[in-house]
Amino acid sequence: MAVTVPRPRLNWRERLYLPAIVAGLAITFKHFKNMLLGRTKVTMQYPEQKWDSSLPDHYRGAPALVRDEDGRVRCVACQLCEFICPPRAIKIISGEIPSADRFAKVEKFPEAFDIDMIRCIFCGMCEEVCPEQAIFLRKDYAITGFTRADMVHHKEKLLEIGGVMHGVVLKWNEKK
Amino acid sequence: MSEPNTPMFNVQIDGVWHQFPKGTRVIEACEQAGSYVPRYCYHKKLSSPGNCRMCLIEMGFPRLGPDRKPELGAGGKPIINWIPRPQISCAQDVSEGMAVRTNSPLVKECQRGVMEFLLINHPLDCPICDQAGECRLQEFSVDFGNSKSRFLENKVKKPKNIVLGPRVTLDDERCILCSRCIRFCQEIAHDDVLGFVDRGSYTVLTAHPGKRLEDNYSLNTVDICPVGALTSTDFRFKMRVWFLKETKSICTSCATGCNTIIGTREDVIYRQTPRENDHVNSCWMCDYGRLNFKFLEAENRLLELQIRSNGKLVAADWPAAIAQAALQLKQVTANEIAIVASGRMTNEELWLTSQLAKSLGVQMIDIVPRREPGDDILLSEDRNPNTNGARLVLGSTSEPGAKLMAIAEAVKSGQIKALVMLKENTMHLGISVEQLAQLPVFIVMNILSNEATEKATVVLPACGFAEKHGSMINGKGRLQRLNRAVRPPGKARDDWEILRDLLQAVGGGDSLSSIDDVFRRISETIPHFAGLTLSKIGDLGVHILEMEELPPTHPSDEKAIEQAVAIQARRRAVGQQVHEARKALGVAID
Repeated sequence: MAVTVPRPRLNWRERLYLPAIVAGLAITFKHFKNMLLGRTKVTMQYPEQKWDSSLPDHYRGAPALVRDEDGRVRCVACQLCEFICPPRAIKIISGEIPSADRFAKVEKFPEAFDIDMIRCIFCGMCEEVCPEQAIFLRKDYAITGFTRADMVHHKEKLLEIGGVMHGVVLKWNEKK
Repeated sequence: MSEPNTPMFNVQIDGVWHQFPKGTRVIEACEQAGSYVPRYCYHKKLSSPGNCRMCLIEMGFPRLGPDRKPELGAGGKPIINWIPRPQISCAQDVSEGMAVRTNSPLVKECQRGVMEFLLINHPLDCPICDQAGECRLQEFSVDFGNSKSRFLENKVKKPKNIVLGPRVTLDDERCILCSRCIRFCQEIAHDDVLGFVDRGSYTVLTAHPGKRLEDNYSLNTVDICPVGALTSTDFRFKMRVWFLKETKSICTSCATGCNTIIGTREDVIYRQTPRENDHVNSCWMCDYGRLNFKFLEAENRLLELQIRSNGKLVAADWPAAIAQAALQLKQVTANEIAIVASGRMTNEELWLTSQLAKSLGVQMIDIVPRREPGDDILLSEDRNPNTNGARLVLGSTSEPGAKLMAIAEAVKSGQIKALVMLKENTMHLGISVEQLAQLPVFIVMNILSNEATEKATVVLPACGFAEKHGSMINGKGRLQRLNRAVRPPGKARDDWEILRDLLQAVGGGDSLSSIDDVFRRISETIPHFAGLTLSKIGDLGVHILEMEELPPTHPSDEKAIEQAVAIQARRRAVGQQVHEARKALGVAID
């Protein structure tokens, strides 16, 4: 159905157009002045200069696995992130923690955890779905590689990016 | 299932009157009426102990006047006197005039309360629990439970990761004490090894001292466990259940043909579970059949086609291999050819084999019989899944297996110059590798390589039971359907296609472009199959062959006990064999 949008009714000042032209020129002259005084920053010299410090807290960069204060890889290979991942970038092979291990109670760990960074769309669903607070989107954004295989982040790489996470719930430590 | 003259009772469920035959459980009646009642301990194939209290409902009966007649209210319907406390619906049969409420405020409150109590000591293990995704506790917690826990005290700690037997691992913390597994062992497997010890919150499930859950039906306890307490050691931590693609098929490890669901992901089989079919296997299947799928991924799986050229096996492609096989078969006369087929082949494949034999004029054709001790539950003595199919379709005049020794003798004496082995190992015939090497023509179609395939002139890689579509007839004469769960690996090809191409190459078999065409030909030529198609067989199969029933035996008590002891020992032995075979190879075939 066609909708007729009414044109705005302009008063005589607006129909004259001159005040708008003057206002626009004022902005142009302001920038001209700033440039002459060296106050205008036009380009950041990436990659010599990095914008890491100005990244917001909610920035969604590369997903990574974290360890907790005890040094345990928090992931228990529940594969919910693999299930939720819209581009199917995650692949997990689970293993069983031997009974002699310090964390034998957790029973399960990811033997292999691969994220294909060519596929990853940085949506953050994996972080949202994780019931173990094990996967977080970090601020790493420059993910490069020469081959497709290079672009797959294996468990070691993911743990390297992730590092240690403080202040997460330690639900396996004490039965509640 | 009820007798035709069973009296029908009027039962009011959630305000609507229904009729149910006498003997229907209230919980079943509610389900049939569309009001599902949650349950943990109740299983329709087991007795009802009524110990989980999840199936509480409100129950009432018509108010009777002084004349012992129901008083009628507005609308001419009886007025119901409700019992002032909830009742369990799993341990009571319907009766005349009974009224049931399944979603009243009282019932909902009861369900919430029971859920809260069940979850008090249940660990928050879901991320590492194999049952997650098919867990009744998860499902009912969402449907009937609370969203929050009010429990502030410490949970009771119980043993975890207990090996109950060779194939079952127990986590006592997750157990909700429904006793389904205990009742299964008593009532179905007749191997009473499980029980509860200790009291109150500290009650745990355990095996009787000195006993293990090791009979050949132990994995059914994992299926019926409503939570993740009993887990399959084989499937444990292998794959989350929500990834599994479920294909309805049948087990091909014996002539019973238990209905199964094959769980696969990305062309890898992770598990087989029984599928309910009251005509065949009820809700159960044996461990031997259930775990007998690993050979499909064995290291010696045939993935390449091979032709013998200048004494060596070299790789080939399908047209060349089929042409070579046909050429070799045409070089010898019909009397010099023997075909050994398999009782593990489908009806369609056996029919194509019979056409191949007819086209070549071969008389020496038979299958390899496979008889091993069975039990009186599901495992049949006949370990060929389709002996009856061979009986009907293969077109051999004698009983399956009767001609086999004659064929073996003929091969040994040199009378047979060309041997076609379809899905069988020549070792079963007692023919030595040296004798096979002497054969001018030795065509092998199989899944796995062995010493015999090394001596073949043509090797054709074929499909296993989970990789093909087709039909088989079980030991009781029921026609059932196999469905493809995974794609064949490497260059392996559907058996029926290989046989069809071979048949065409030797000058027969026309216009068979799909397996449905093959089945249509069978239904046109063999009266038992008349009017059927592969799709008409359905998921539960069709009974097409009347088998001779053995006369029922009425042994005396002593004899019965003796027999039961013997059966139990045998079943344990079979369970042990399965365990040993798996331990040694991860393969339980040939």
